[in-house]
Amino acid sequence: MNTPTPQQPGIFFGLLAIARRDLLLAWKRPGDVLNPLFFFAMVCTLFPLAVGPSVEQLTFSGPGVLWVAALLATLLSLNTLFMSDHEDGSLDQLLVSPQPLPVLALGKTIAHWLISGLPLVLISPLLAMTYHMPSAVMGVLMLTLLLGTICLSLLGSIGAALTVGLHRGTALLSLLILPLAMPVLLLGANTVSLAAGNEVYATGIWALGAYAIASLSLAPYATAAALRISNE
Amino acid sequence: MTAKLSANDLTLIRGESCLFQGLGFALNSGELLLLEGQNGSGKTSLMRAIAGMLSLESGEILWNDKPVNDQRQEFHGALVWLAHRTGLKGDLTLVENLRFEACLRPQANVDHDAVCKRLGIDRLKSLPLRALSAGQQRRVALARMLLADVPLWLMDEPFTNLDREGRALVMQLTEEHLAKGGMCVMAAHQDVEIKAQVTRVSL
Repeated sequence: MNTPTPQQPGIFFGLLAIARRDLLLAWKRPGDVLNPLFFFAMVCTLFPLAVGPSVEQLTFSGPGVLWVAALLATLLSLNTLFMSDHEDGSLDQLLVSPQPLPVLALGKTIAHWLISGLPLVLISPLLAMTYHMPSAVMGVLMLTLLLGTICLSLLGSIGAALTVGLHRGTALLSLLILPLAMPVLLLGANTVSLAAGNEVYATGIWALGAYAIASLSLAPYATAAALRISNE
Repeated sequence: MTAKLSANDLTLIRGESCLFQGLGFALNSGELLLLEGQNGSGKTSLMRAIAGMLSLESGEILWNDKPVNDQRQEFHGALVWLAHRTGLKGDLTLVENLRFEACLRPQANVDHDAVCKRLGIDRLKSLPLRALSAGQQRRVALARMLLADVPLWLMDEPFTNLDREGRALVMQLTEEHLAKGGMCVMAAHQDVEIKAQVTRVSL
């Protein structure tokens, strides 16, 4: 060839490039971003209307409702993670690219979290007001949701990769992910409840942090392996 | 730099049917491997197997005499694949698409504008790809190949959607790539007129 040693771009180039591309795509298609956010906002605002305005009942059920809505909104957004890449053939191109596939999968997951996880965290205090949540507890809610959505995006990417070749794989994806997502929901909702009851809640935050770090270090490899299997 | 792609005793079974059995080839720098066969005979499957995306029933694919599976990253750094689906993002413009590709593989030191002009897509730079015709999108995919600095081109039906002039251009570009010491695996069911050492594999 004309050059003796072609310069291979480093792995962080690949990570940044794919995250930037996905963010750019989301910017051009804002509907996909707003869908999970609308769902989250709708569930959280409809619930108080249905159960009635009793302060005691709302403070009691608030953390649980917010967390279940966040979990379902994230699951709803996950099936699109690899779908468009699969349909237009760019997933095939990623599979034959010299960049390590776990890094590319991580880049896509980071973009997905920025698009669908972070907005949920940011609007959660607004919705928590409907449940008469004190502002100190809102901080705990945001922190648990921050760690929790990171876990859910990473774990969800494994399921999304496994079901990418299937048509209408959304139900299957939810079933695959739910067992892994259950601890996140329990830890998150209970930590917020404990904080609301003025009890010690730090353990829950640490556990969620540990879960997030474990998913961050393991999920990209599982996602990469799942992508190779489902693209055979 | 000389490179070598070879394979021996390849067997691929998809579902119930055996697509090929005991297939082998050797391809050196400057040579073209032409895959011929009817629709559904396994041309694309063989190409996917070469790219490492399908696991074979038996046999091995070797890059510079070492199994591809042991050096997947190096091998992928030496190839670019023009697939049936272009793998370009319809919502992004030509420039955005090519800029993304440039972050993935080694890039040749060539003038982007000149390449786009030669492919006849220099006026479409600011349009989202979805607004382009199928033939124009294929030309963008060709630009991705030309901008990558890799020895091995995998081309699956490169003439699809292209006009007569485009088909001639593909053959000319392939000839130039081979003359520079590159190599090419091409699946085509049309007549290919390329002046180079051609190995034919019938499936």
